[in-house]
Amino acid sequence: MKKIEAIIQPFKLEEVKEALKAIGVDGMTVTEVRGHGRQKGHNEVYRGQEYMVDLLPKVKLELVVSSARLEEVIKTVTAAARTGKIGDGKIFVYDVAEAIRIRNDDRGETAL
Amino acid sequence: MTRMSVFKTPVLNNLFLTFAAASALAAQTPDEKIKALESAVAAAQSAGDNAWMLTSAALVLMMTGPGLALFYSGLVRRKNVLGTMMQSFIMMAVATVIWAVAGYSIAFGEATPYFGDLRYFMLHGVGADPNADYAGTIPQQTFMVFQLMFAIITPALITGAFAERMKFTGMVVFCSAWLLVVYCPMAHMVWGKGGLFNAFLGGSLPCLDFAGGTVVHITSGVSALVCALYLGKRKGYGSEPMKPHSLVLSVIGACLLWVGWFGFNAGSALGASGLATSAFVATHFGAAAATLGWLLAETMHSGKPSVLGGISGAVAGLVAITPASGFVTPTAALIIGFAAGLFCFFMVVILKSKLGYDDSLDAFGVHGAGGTLGAILTGVFATKEVNSALTNGGGLVDGNAGQIVNQFAGTAIAWILGAVGTLVLLKITDMVVGLRVSEEDETTGLDLSMHGEEGYSLES
Repeated sequence: MKKIEAIIQPFKLEEVKEALKAIGVDGMTVTEVRGHGRQKGHNEVYRGQEYMVDLLPKVKLELVVSSARLEEVIKTVTAAARTGKIGDGKIFVYDVAEAIRIRNDDRGETAL
Repeated sequence: MTRMSVFKTPVLNNLFLTFAAASALAAQTPDEKIKALESAVAAAQSAGDNAWMLTSAALVLMMTGPGLALFYSGLVRRKNVLGTMMQSFIMMAVATVIWAVAGYSIAFGEATPYFGDLRYFMLHGVGADPNADYAGTIPQQTFMVFQLMFAIITPALITGAFAERMKFTGMVVFCSAWLLVVYCPMAHMVWGKGGLFNAFLGGSLPCLDFAGGTVVHITSGVSALVCALYLGKRKGYGSEPMKPHSLVLSVIGACLLWVGWFGFNAGSALGASGLATSAFVATHFGAAAATLGWLLAETMHSGKPSVLGGISGAVAGLVAITPASGFVTPTAALIIGFAAGLFCFFMVVILKSKLGYDDSLDAFGVHGAGGTLGAILTGVFATKEVNSALTNGGGLVDGNAGQIVNQFAGTAIAWILGAVGTLVLLKITDMVVGLRVSEEDETTGLDLSMHGEEGYSLES
């Protein structure tokens, strides 16, 4: 099992969700986060006072899939989240040791 | 007598007179008929004037709460939203009590050209009968409560200068003393009978101030500058971001101020007259032109017309038109407003950052600067065409260039009284209860440290 952590543009969330649904991936956790990579922030001006805003709003998507489906899911997320501009985000992949469904003690891939 | 019956008596009288006039006309001699009709006419005018003045008083109160409370609190950081609102709101209570005890009497008593006396101590003798010197067609109690609303908003304006770092107790003590030492004497000098600058009631140096350019905006604006300098900058000013936490609140607040200002300026006609209409129109035109002036300057300076710039410009225009409102034509109001938009933009955005003081919410840059500009321009544009009480001519446009000199004199006294009075009172308050919160409390925010509450609890 692999955990995919994708940090994407907030306005791409709906598209990514729809694309994942289309290939049968249902479970995910979404968090609103702030951060930046190579993308520069922007300036805000209030009565002449300038503020540099470098931590920008992003959305973090976490999902765990079977190792067999990993590449397919990565392709789906990148295709849906890509604009081709700086700031599109990143995907990190982790190994997952175990998954347990709390409702009925299912373990492993059946718990996904 | 109860409070209700004080107000009921003239109403019953009016009704009685109207019935008497109608039913007795047939049986009366012509003289008696004329007398009865005269009384009925006077009663009708009084009813109309009183209705407008009570409405105006309510509108001016609305400027402080929620108008100014929203305008200011949107400009501070989230942790200070309640503390900032409270600094405006508390004046609605504190200034009212001070006004009842002695404030009204010091402002509108008649002892000297500089301050009144204690003839109206505890509002003694201030009831349903008009005071013919000030407003002959409305109960003196209406006049008193209308003026009270000005005494509430003026110290509340100062709070913008020391936002996010003033102790609540220090703020209450300072503002209370400030009302008695700075505001009431200045109101007496300009509007009180026999006051030094009173243009219509025996002042020796007539300075035109229709609704409070000197009394309200210069005194509060200059005092604000002194407060900002005395208290010093907020912790982290210039290095940490101090963005307005909700410009949405500020826009709502500014719009309420704009509407409330009709009571402030048109109400200063002290009746539902053509002069009230003229002041209403000038007020609106001044605000509109200043909004455009500020936005134009801002767009040329930094490329974008900001919402905060728009509402700041509107307030600057309302401030500048205040002393002129009952004296100038709509065209002059447009000119004064536009000039105020440009001038206050320069003061707030360019000069302040060069001088480096932390007038947090620009109480000086808007009220001090805009008030001064308006007071001087009143000496240019005041005309007896608009206000027939200007029997000797108004300002420069009426060929009376000397009026500008008087306007400078009134402005200078307001500056000096505001600056010196504030400095002395700050020192005393600092010694007695302290002014500035501890560094820890400042970091925590006034909401929690002063009031034990939070403005936004999104979890609950």
